[in-house]
This record gives sequence, structure tokens and C-alpha cells, in this order.
Amino acid sequence: MSLLKSLCRSPSAIIGGVLLILVLLMAALAGWLYPNDPLALAGRPLQAPFSNPRFLFGTDSVGRDIIAQLFYGARTSLLVGITATAVAIVIGVLVGSIAGFYGGWVDTALMRVTEAFQTVPNFILLLMLVVIFGSKIATLVVVIGIVSWTAPARLTRAEFLTLRNREFVQACRVIGMPDWRIIFREILPNALPPVIVYASVVMAFSILLESALAFLGLSDPNVASWGNLIADGRRVLRSSWHVATLPGIAILLTVLSISLIGQGLNDAMNPRLRRK
Amino acid sequence: MRIFRLALNRLAVSIPCMGIILLGLFLMLQLAPGDAVDALMGQMGSNDVALAEQLRQQYGLGGGVTTRLAIYVWNTLHLDLGYSVAYNQPVLNVILQRLPVTMLLMISALSFAFAAGTAVGIIAARHVNKWPDTLISTLGLIFYAAPSFWFGLMGILVFAVWLNWLPSGGLEDLGAGYTGIGRVLDIAGHLILPTITLALIYFAIYLRVMRASMLEVMTLDFIRTARAKGLREGAVLTRHALRNALLPMVTILGLQAGAMLGGAVVVESVFSLPGLGRLAHEAVQQRDLNMLLGIVFMSALLVIAINFIVDILYARIDPRIDFNG
Repeated sequence: MSLLKSLCRSPSAIIGGVLLILVLLMAALAGWLYPNDPLALAGRPLQAPFSNPRFLFGTDSVGRDIIAQLFYGARTSLLVGITATAVAIVIGVLVGSIAGFYGGWVDTALMRVTEAFQTVPNFILLLMLVVIFGSKIATLVVVIGIVSWTAPARLTRAEFLTLRNREFVQACRVIGMPDWRIIFREILPNALPPVIVYASVVMAFSILLESALAFLGLSDPNVASWGNLIADGRRVLRSSWHVATLPGIAILLTVLSISLIGQGLNDAMNPRLRRK
Repeated sequence: MRIFRLALNRLAVSIPCMGIILLGLFLMLQLAPGDAVDALMGQMGSNDVALAEQLRQQYGLGGGVTTRLAIYVWNTLHLDLGYSVAYNQPVLNVILQRLPVTMLLMISALSFAFAAGTAVGIIAARHVNKWPDTLISTLGLIFYAAPSFWFGLMGILVFAVWLNWLPSGGLEDLGAGYTGIGRVLDIAGHLILPTITLALIYFAIYLRVMRASMLEVMTLDFIRTARAKGLREGAVLTRHALRNALLPMVTILGLQAGAMLGGAVVVESVFSLPGLGRLAHEAVQQRDLNMLLGIVFMSALLVIAINFIVDILYARIDPRIDFNG
């Protein structure tokens, strides 16, 4: 509760929170405001914004309603952001906690794998995985998670290294608690706060990764996505620049809201940085 | 001597890392549906099982998993990255043709982000919590959140379509037939927008790190000493604070190298630059797995090389770093 209170005192968290609520509302109301398929042809292509009351933001190059795509795109982006982050955090926490808890050769081996993953540029790794596993939206979130787990793993490991020799852990060992219980029930709750703050960074990057894939035409074509819309707008940039501009602003504001909340969380959880 | 030993030490650490990457790439090759021979047979329009078997033997695709792994690792270590059916050339040739453009783009973007981030970060730190700092930090947050390809498109829209100041894409104006210095200037003009597009997010990161690092260094004792002995503020800033504040900047320089190579894929596609990143995009569209694996391998090599250079730089700047540290 005190965390929520100090969050409410941070201006960046408030602005971020308001923006994120707006995006959440867009995602929630998409089906209600625009019951038709956002990818279905709706009218004459390339109508300018505010020129036709039926299409507030105009239509794209094949005549699909832009504002409907923006609303459904919010669903896609949030879905990708949340699921991919969950995948990355679960893998990262598993690897990091096992490496940090056991140390020795287990740690060395796991950290070498982490380094290998960090050495390959993650967008190029993502392209390779998309070629092999395909670009259905469900596959995509897992694959995006797979390229983003290394930083959470390092964070978790660092926390475990400082916690594993504390007295409460030694006490658990003395009473004969099994390792998995010490790791997941005793140490992990204490190690989690910085990982949760970092989750906001992973989420922001997951959304950017999906939009970049969509822009390159490698995301799921059957899902309304802001990146897809920008790719469409790129073809008509000279004549109808609003098609590419609007979804870009949507991505910017969504990612901005998540970073701002992350920054607020960080300030609230880190007493050293707390403003006097 | 100290730096030489440090360098050797670093290289030794990257060997197991490279081994794991090779193993991973081989695994990907196994997971992919169909192998190179299937692709080749498809191209020939034949389904002769005997011929396929013969080709598999010839390309080292027959035999057990261990034999195939050994052949794959051996070939890759010799930089024999296989043959690209789509380009009708060895993979390595195509990659080496595309590499210079990407290197040029990365170096110019890194230099821009580093220099601008340092300068603007210092300005923000000098005016901490006043309006210039607020303005800079807000801009930094926006650059950090905007998708680079979108920023690139907006750059094209404003500077190429509306103002007609800069070219909208490509590496050079081939039709104009420039030579010598004219060609250099032409390429530089074509690289302005891609460089800024690729650099923006790193500019935002560097500026934030520089601001924090400068604020921290300025509270340390030796700065007070420098001021106490009567140094002018400019000298304190550049000769004492800056040198120390740059250390974390150099560290993230290495960390960002890989991410920047990934960013180049998108930026090169936006500006149709014939670089490694665009090649990766084309390879995906053509389902050219051999090419893609080659690019992954080469980019990992590149990242290791960049980190190696950064480590040596770091040791030059900070004499406290030891080779066993």
C-alpha cells in the first residue's frame, strides 16, 4: 500500500498511469465501438482524417478504417507486451535463480549460455526464430520472450548471489527445507522487486520488437497491428502521410507510458533515489 | 604489456561463448523443416530419392547428428558458411559485400550518439532540475519510446518530401556519376537521415547515463580539491570530471553494439541501404536459412570484436583495470 502511495507522488508514474489507462480503454472498447472486423474493407481508400464522419481518422491504402485498426492494435500491442514479458521473466528468473543459488559449474554453464544469447543481436536472432517457427501471433510472443530473457536472468542471479548466504536462508537449510522451496518460496520473493521494475523495460521493448517485425511484414498479417499499419502507410507516405503517422504516435505513447511507470516504480522502490 | 594480456584474457573468455552459438545455430538448422538438399531438389523440380541421398553425402548432410555437427562446426570455423541458392553465391561473399555499408552506418551512428549524448548529458547535469534539464530529459524519454522505423519515416516525410533537403533513401546517387570527393559528400548526404534514425535511441540512453554519471562525479572529493586550488569551472569539468564520467559511457558502448546491429536491420530497410541488416530482411523473405545463419554467426563475431576493442579502450582510459580483474 505504501508503494502505491509513493507511486502516486511521482509525477512520471501519474502521467504514465493515465496514458496506460487510455491505451487499456482503447483495447477494452475496441470490440464495442467497432464491432466489424478492423481488417475488412470499409470504404473508399485513402480518405483524409476528419473528412468523413464514418471514418474519423480516414482510411488506409486498401480502404480499411484507420481508427478501428488503432483500437484493435492496442489489443495486439498490450497482448504481445504482457505475454512476451511474462515468458521472458519466467525464463530469466528460472535461469538466474538456479545459477545464483547453486553457483559453481551450474552457474558457469548457465552464464555462458546467457552470454551467448547476449552476443547475438536480439533482433537478428528474432528474425531467425521467425523463419524457423513461423509468425503466428502466439508463436511470436514466445519468440520475443526468448530473445529478451537475458537481462532479467542476470538481475535475478545478482540478487540471489547476495541473498543466498543470509541467515534466513541458512536457517531454512538447517531445518532441512528442500532446495526448490528455499529458492522459490524464501529467496525469490526477496529477489523479485528489481526484476519487476525491469519488467517494464522488457515490456516496452517487446512492443517495439513486435511493431518492427510487423513493419518489415514479418508479423501475423491476420491481426490488426500498429506496425502493419505503418508499413501500409509507408507506401503512400508522399500523398497520405497520416496513415503512417497516427499508429506511430500510438506506439510512442504506449511505450512512453510503460517507461514512465517503470521509472516511477524504480523511484518508489529505491530509497536512495527518493526525493527529499 | 598489461593491455596485451588483458586482450588475450578477453579473447579466451569469448571462445566458449562462440562454441555455444555454433551449437545453437546447428540446432536451429536441425529444427528447420527440410534441409538444403530439399530446397535444392525443389528448385530442380525433382523428387529422386537416390539423387537426394547422393547430394546429402556430398554436402555432408548424411550420417549421424555428431558427424553433421562436426562437419558444420569445421566448415563454419573456416568461414565456409554454405551456399545461398537465392543469390547463387557463397554466403560469405554476399555478407562481405554488404558489411561495409553496415559498418559505416554503425560507426557514424555510434559516434553521433556518443558525442551528442555526452554534450547534452553534461548540459542537463549542469542545470539539474531546472528547465533545460527537464526539457532534455523529456526529449530523451520520447526518443527512447519512439520506434526507430517510424522516426525514419517521419524524417523522410519532413526532410525529403516536404523540404527536399535530403535524399529519401539509397546509399548514393548512381545516376549522377560522382567521383572522388563529390561521391564521398553524396554518400555522406545519403547517410544523414539513417544515422540520426539509428542513433536516436542510443542518444537517449547515453544522455541519461552521462547526466547521472556527471552528477555523481561532481559530488566527489577530487572535484572539490580541483575547485579549491582555483581551477576555472571549465577546466574542472573537462579535465577532471569528464574523464571519470566517461567510464560508464564506454561500458555501455560495448553493450549496445549488438542491439545497434539489430536496429540496423530496420533502419536499412527504411532507407533501402544495401547493408547487412537489409540482407537479413531479404533472407527472411526468401526463407534463405543458410544466409540467415551466416548473418547470425558473422554478427556475433562482430559483436565480440567490438567488445574486445571497447575493453582495450576502457583499459587505456582507466589504468586501474587489471588483466585478472
